[in-house]
Amino acid sequence: MKLYEYLAKQILAEAGVPIPPGRVVDTPEDAAAAVREIGPVALKAQVLVGGRGKAGGIKFAETADEAPQVAKQILGMDLKGYRVDRLYAEGKLAIEREIYVSVTTDRSRRCPLVMASAHGGVEIEDVEDRHIVRRHVDPRVGVLPYFGKEMAYALDLTAGLAREFGDLVEKLYHIYRQYDAELVEINPLAVVDDHLVAADARLNVDDSALFRHRALPVVEEGTPTEHKVSEIGLAFVELDGDIAIMANGAGMAMATLDTIQHFGGRPANFLDAGGGASVEPTAQALAVLVGMHPKAIFVNIFGGITRCDDVAKAIIQVKNTDGIPVPLVVRLTGTNEKEGVALLEHEGISAYSEMDKAAQQVVALAGEGR
Amino acid sequence: MAIYLHRGQKILVQGITGRQGTFHAQQMRAFGANVVGGTSPGKGGTLVDGVPVFDTVREAVGETGATASIVFVPGPYTKDAAFEALENGIRLLVLIPEHVPVADSIDIVTRAQDLGADVVGPNTFGVISPGEGTKMGIMPNHIYRPGAVGVVARSGTLSYEIAYQLTNAGLGQSTVVGMGGDPVVGGTFVSVLQRFREDAATRAVVLVGEIGGSAEEEAADYLSTLGKPVVAYLAGRAAPAGKRMGHAGAIIERGRGTLESKERALSQAGARVVTVPWDVAPAVAEVLR
Repeated sequence: MKLYEYLAKQILAEAGVPIPPGRVVDTPEDAAAAVREIGPVALKAQVLVGGRGKAGGIKFAETADEAPQVAKQILGMDLKGYRVDRLYAEGKLAIEREIYVSVTTDRSRRCPLVMASAHGGVEIEDVEDRHIVRRHVDPRVGVLPYFGKEMAYALDLTAGLAREFGDLVEKLYHIYRQYDAELVEINPLAVVDDHLVAADARLNVDDSALFRHRALPVVEEGTPTEHKVSEIGLAFVELDGDIAIMANGAGMAMATLDTIQHFGGRPANFLDAGGGASVEPTAQALAVLVGMHPKAIFVNIFGGITRCDDVAKAIIQVKNTDGIPVPLVVRLTGTNEKEGVALLEHEGISAYSEMDKAAQQVVALAGEGR
Repeated sequence: MAIYLHRGQKILVQGITGRQGTFHAQQMRAFGANVVGGTSPGKGGTLVDGVPVFDTVREAVGETGATASIVFVPGPYTKDAAFEALENGIRLLVLIPEHVPVADSIDIVTRAQDLGADVVGPNTFGVISPGEGTKMGIMPNHIYRPGAVGVVARSGTLSYEIAYQLTNAGLGQSTVVGMGGDPVVGGTFVSVLQRFREDAATRAVVLVGEIGGSAEEEAADYLSTLGKPVVAYLAGRAAPAGKRMGHAGAIIERGRGTLESKERALSQAGARVVTVPWDVAPAVAEVLR
């Protein structure tokens, strides 16, 4: 779960990381009040996308008089597909230089990783490797002030800033552990009056650990259909094609999308119906696919723990209740395949046992492909 | 021979009285696995299909001498179960659960390294060695046959699809290993390939990868040392960046973990990279010829 900047800043402040004065603003009038309290501010759209500045999501208001007008330009705007409902008004900084720092997990080394660069203010993936200082954390030991201080000297920071940087990295690592973060990032970490200030912040929390963080506000990302399917408890991603897809298992579902694309079709979604799905969730998932109004539906099942006859029953249940008004192609292989195929054929639905033939067929029925 | 597993190996099932634990303990035994006991706090002294249940791992290990354990508990409780196993002498730990916090996985893997224990998973389908007649996992029994092909995969069902096609093509498997779909897991492609290198029963390896992370790129660097032919199939070509594709670890983040980068690395290292799953078995037949 990604947190909005203002939430991330709140957590940084609680941990003792210096942030500029600021507060949330949701009306143009409130923006004027914020300027009266804080002075000249940056009004920043609170959306979960990077590159807000370039996209027009960050603007400055010098006076209370101009603040409502500036706020109006951002509030309600569409920023890379997200509607802006809320701004963060933050005291304008006289930035001398911009640094980058983050704590994340190194998947290969299977331990935390601190990254820093003297080239802050741009996305870290755009920074040349030789300008990035990386240091792994031994999780048994954690991070003490010397750790960040050493990194600071590698970045050529002054002794004063290095001391602050050492404290800062210790605090960021603490936040990383305390909040089960996937990423704690300050970019830019601004130098103002020869002190460090967190000018922008990202904090992404591990979804699997949210049970430990019930006090955090729920930040929802994704489309309405994605929300609906996640409530059923299945993994779903909406795509921009028109062949709806259901498969069992994440890898199979990915391979199914690839196969549709291989034959020239355009997948409408990713849907993992689960490695051992039973009738009810499978039927619910299929009903969601029907509701997406695709050109065709492809169900690709390898029956392992999942039984092909259960999948067939789910399909028939949806056909006889909600109805399936578009072409449906089913591929069933494995456990109870014969029973499943017999059930479907009885209902006039043809099933394939081979993935390539089934995929070709559904692409043809959707009027796509070569 | 095989990797991780051997015939008659004594296996514990942590969480044996749960629905999943009971079902898969029974399936494992049906495949020939020597399940010597299970744990379930408060249910010590009972039997599940004739398998003795203990309250603690300490007791179970003391009574049975097991050194391998497979865990079926919900994600939030996995760290506790894993540490209980590791601290009581378990040296092969298969973690089936999904939704284990990454921080917990880091702690488990770090402790296992210190103790010299092997961890498979979390979020894995487990390990199966048809030739040894044993398995620790949730994979369907009927699709495997003994043979010379080692398989290492990140995804369960996709590996079943591929194992089944190998079997149908007359290509049996030495060991099939599920690394797990999470960002942090106990094994790496490289650590599994190192074992396949030492395993006389394995003559070729199928690597089933997917988008996210850099485990496939690291595997590519190892191929020249492996000295056995590799066929690779990777899933996620159609996946958009920034979206988690079912597995917590299957995500293209900040331009890293793309399929193209992985396929290029493997292909340049001499692996036979196929782009559709039904090409795997024919490619394996070819590299074994």
